[in-house]
Amino acid sequence: MEWETVIGLEVHVSLSTKSKLFSGSDTKFGSEPNTQANIFDLALPGTLPVFNEEALRMAVRFGLAIGAEIGKRSVFDRKNYFYPDLPKGYQITQLDFPTVGKGSLNVTLDDGREKKIGVTRAHIEENAGKSLHEEFSGMSGIDLNRAGVPLLEIVSEPEITSADEAVAYLKKLHTIIRYLDISDAIMALGSMRCDVNISIRPIGETELGTRTEIKNINSFRFVEKAIHTEVLRQQEILEDGGRIIQETRRYDSERDETSSMRSKEVANDYRYFPEPDLLPIEIDDDYIEAVRSELPELPDAKKTRFCTEYKLSDYDASVLVSTREMAEYFETVAQEGGDAKIASNWVTGDLQALLNKSNLEISESPIEAGRLASLIARIKDNTISGKIAKTVFETMIDNPATVDEIIEEKGLKQVTDSGEIKNLVEEVIANNPDQVQQFKDGKEQVIGYLVGQAMQLSKGKANPGQVNTLLRDKMK
Amino acid sequence: MIEKTVAELSAALSAGDVSSVELTQAYLARIAKHNATLNAYITVCEKPALAQAQKADEARADGASGPLLGIPMAHKDIFCTKGVKTTCGSKMLHNFIAPYNATVVEKLKTAGTVMLGKTNMDEFAMGSSNETSHFGPVRNPWDTDRVPGGSSGGSASAVAADLCAIATGTDTGGSIRQPASFCGITGFKPSYGRVSRWGMIAFASSLDQAGALSKSAEDSALLLNAMAGLDLKDSTSIDRKVDDYTSSLNDSMDGLKIGIPRQHFTEGLSADVEQVIRDALAEYEKLGATIKEIDLPNNHLSVSAYYVVAPAEASANLSRYDGVRYGYRCKSPIDLEDMYKRTRSEGFGDEVKRRIMVGTYALSAGFYDAYYRKAQKIRRLIKNDFNDAFKEVDVIVGPTSPHTAFELGAKTDPVAMYLEDIYTIAVNLAGLPGASIPAGLAKGLPVGMHLVAPDFAESKLLNIAHQFQSNTDWHKRKPPICDGEG
Repeated sequence: MEWETVIGLEVHVSLSTKSKLFSGSDTKFGSEPNTQANIFDLALPGTLPVFNEEALRMAVRFGLAIGAEIGKRSVFDRKNYFYPDLPKGYQITQLDFPTVGKGSLNVTLDDGREKKIGVTRAHIEENAGKSLHEEFSGMSGIDLNRAGVPLLEIVSEPEITSADEAVAYLKKLHTIIRYLDISDAIMALGSMRCDVNISIRPIGETELGTRTEIKNINSFRFVEKAIHTEVLRQQEILEDGGRIIQETRRYDSERDETSSMRSKEVANDYRYFPEPDLLPIEIDDDYIEAVRSELPELPDAKKTRFCTEYKLSDYDASVLVSTREMAEYFETVAQEGGDAKIASNWVTGDLQALLNKSNLEISESPIEAGRLASLIARIKDNTISGKIAKTVFETMIDNPATVDEIIEEKGLKQVTDSGEIKNLVEEVIANNPDQVQQFKDGKEQVIGYLVGQAMQLSKGKANPGQVNTLLRDKMK
Repeated sequence: MIEKTVAELSAALSAGDVSSVELTQAYLARIAKHNATLNAYITVCEKPALAQAQKADEARADGASGPLLGIPMAHKDIFCTKGVKTTCGSKMLHNFIAPYNATVVEKLKTAGTVMLGKTNMDEFAMGSSNETSHFGPVRNPWDTDRVPGGSSGGSASAVAADLCAIATGTDTGGSIRQPASFCGITGFKPSYGRVSRWGMIAFASSLDQAGALSKSAEDSALLLNAMAGLDLKDSTSIDRKVDDYTSSLNDSMDGLKIGIPRQHFTEGLSADVEQVIRDALAEYEKLGATIKEIDLPNNHLSVSAYYVVAPAEASANLSRYDGVRYGYRCKSPIDLEDMYKRTRSEGFGDEVKRRIMVGTYALSAGFYDAYYRKAQKIRRLIKNDFNDAFKEVDVIVGPTSPHTAFELGAKTDPVAMYLEDIYTIAVNLAGLPGASIPAGLAKGLPVGMHLVAPDFAESKLLNIAHQFQSNTDWHKRKPPICDGEG
């Protein structure tokens, strides 16, 4: 039987507010346990939540970026359950009136296909703390630094039909969130987490199959692998005439398999009800428009602009806009360097290779945009050739001198003096009589060899265009 | 001196007739003498109180003044007090020393009051007789075989028996007004949001409100002046100008329109209580007020709606008492579940457990619409009833409680106990200000008159209460325990 996969994703993103969602505690990652937990975070009797409006602004930014309906009245609810890392015994979240309503994301798949994937909603809620089971024999430790850190839970429509689409959706979400500067969204650190709901059904069937939920997957690659594994597992069960149990599963990346965590059929009843300690958040059009006016140019718009303004290919433009930092780096290089095409080639080529090799983000690049722009300016004005530029680039990594200083110091300036080039050309003709004859006999491609010889003689500094022209002249 | 009102004590302090230290010593002596009987205090802060009194006297010597400077008072043990045990009347918090002050406590400290101690209360403010306290029942100074009412029974008993000049209380369904009524004192509950809830241990967040138990309406006004106001730490506190609540105490009653709800004068109301209230109403008529019957058609639904909303909120508010971070933890738990179960089974009393179960049930999947949502609808109907009534009258007056203080152990049926608050509960559901003032005696026991005003009409309400007290002396009657003492 042919099967169709239906996937819905729930993504939790830690919003990068300075203080927690309902308390003044710091949200810094990686501090000593319980140094960022105040009396509210500890749920001492008598303490009350005070909403951090920065989280609202961030959620609205996200909503506007995905073209979503913004809830003019959002209401917090209590979700009740007992767990030691949940000090109040309830999580404050948004059930019926989330801040962000229906929206959508456009994703481009590896085969170039575009797809619009719906976002059902995104709501603001608080994170729980952490239970530490290893360090304490026979007991558990609780670290409440993370308790109360604001989360945005982004829920997709069940419109994703493959692991590739799921990953494309996540990457797009990640890009947008980073553009908006509302979260680090680092999966490995848990500031972006993904729960995957998966079901399968025979192609043509309209009813959804029973789904399972795989919790807390912490990399794009594992999302992809977990989906493949879980889909296969469900297929095997159904093809053997079995039944899928609605349950929560965990993905074990080492064994590449999913296993049952708990059955939803005996799941908690969370007994949601409106949080009486907080008033509903009311926002008006002015607020929404003010947030909209602060939105950065988003990746899709930027890509379109790069294609038209800089005449870049679709592919180059999409690579350049994949992060806001790279796009901004590119634009600086293109504008200051004076040639967008060369800038694009260098940023996506040599620079990217350098960054990959040293495992650096573009923001940490040893060569800042202004310096790369100077290099490109020197290519553009024929001071150096593209080939010599690579040597200069290598030097620039460890040498803080300016591009011009490096060119000067190393004597790399391109030879454009016609007298010098004439001498070079005459020497090459004299040393290669056979090749000269072949050219004269009509073997056009030999010119490449002869230009190469001249370049070698000049240690790469001769202007290859001039050499080419003069060679042809002399061999007429 | 200790029987005097705050206003009188304040005058005496300013005049130099007495010092705060002398007053504090007198109250401490009084506590030492009667607390064993009344059990009004859970914690007495003798040394810190004397130190605060000393400080108040020094401040006064340095030119400081203020109506509450040096006034010895008590806080209900529901308010967090820094460095002082804060139990909420529960075994669960029998060892909890708060690391911070409630906003109410902080404001009254800033006003210069002296904290004599923390008063007894029904466990987590759940009760109408003060019998649910882990620290034993409080006794009514008018008859020590009788209850003082609840949940602010310790504060009421302490004020009535002159174990303090004035006390804070909290009122979720009548917890200030009913004990004030039973103990023959003035109880004042402001509008919801008028006083910050920060540091006040939550029972039912949308209903809880702090207020005063005092010897006069004027004293309540003085305390409210210091307590009220916006607090950024409590999102439900109201950003609205705080009146000087003493400024209109002497406004005339001429032309005042009093509404008496038909629904508060039906069977269930004891005849002698009704007579006292009718006599008190006649007093207002003498002062120029007119009386008119009004309807609160949904009043009969208030107790039912309250016993869904309040337990629902309580069931979540009390989830934090899990033995993990502070408070009671069961001995030698074998695992997490065992710790939760035994900590909460052993740490909470029966009434608290009953309400947690009721609230949990009301919020459960499949029951939410039938209970919680419906109760919220009723709440709106009740609010509308009041809004309609206040189009016709300035204040609503009736009995605070259907009868006078009952004997300890007399009410064993929880529902009978819940019906104690039949006249007061609707006021919390609507968020209105309400007061109970002594209106007379029935068979030697105090009867409270219930006054309810529109939202944030605290000044008007205190004015109406004060005018009654300026023309009668019921609020000056002392319980027998005070006989022969100065």
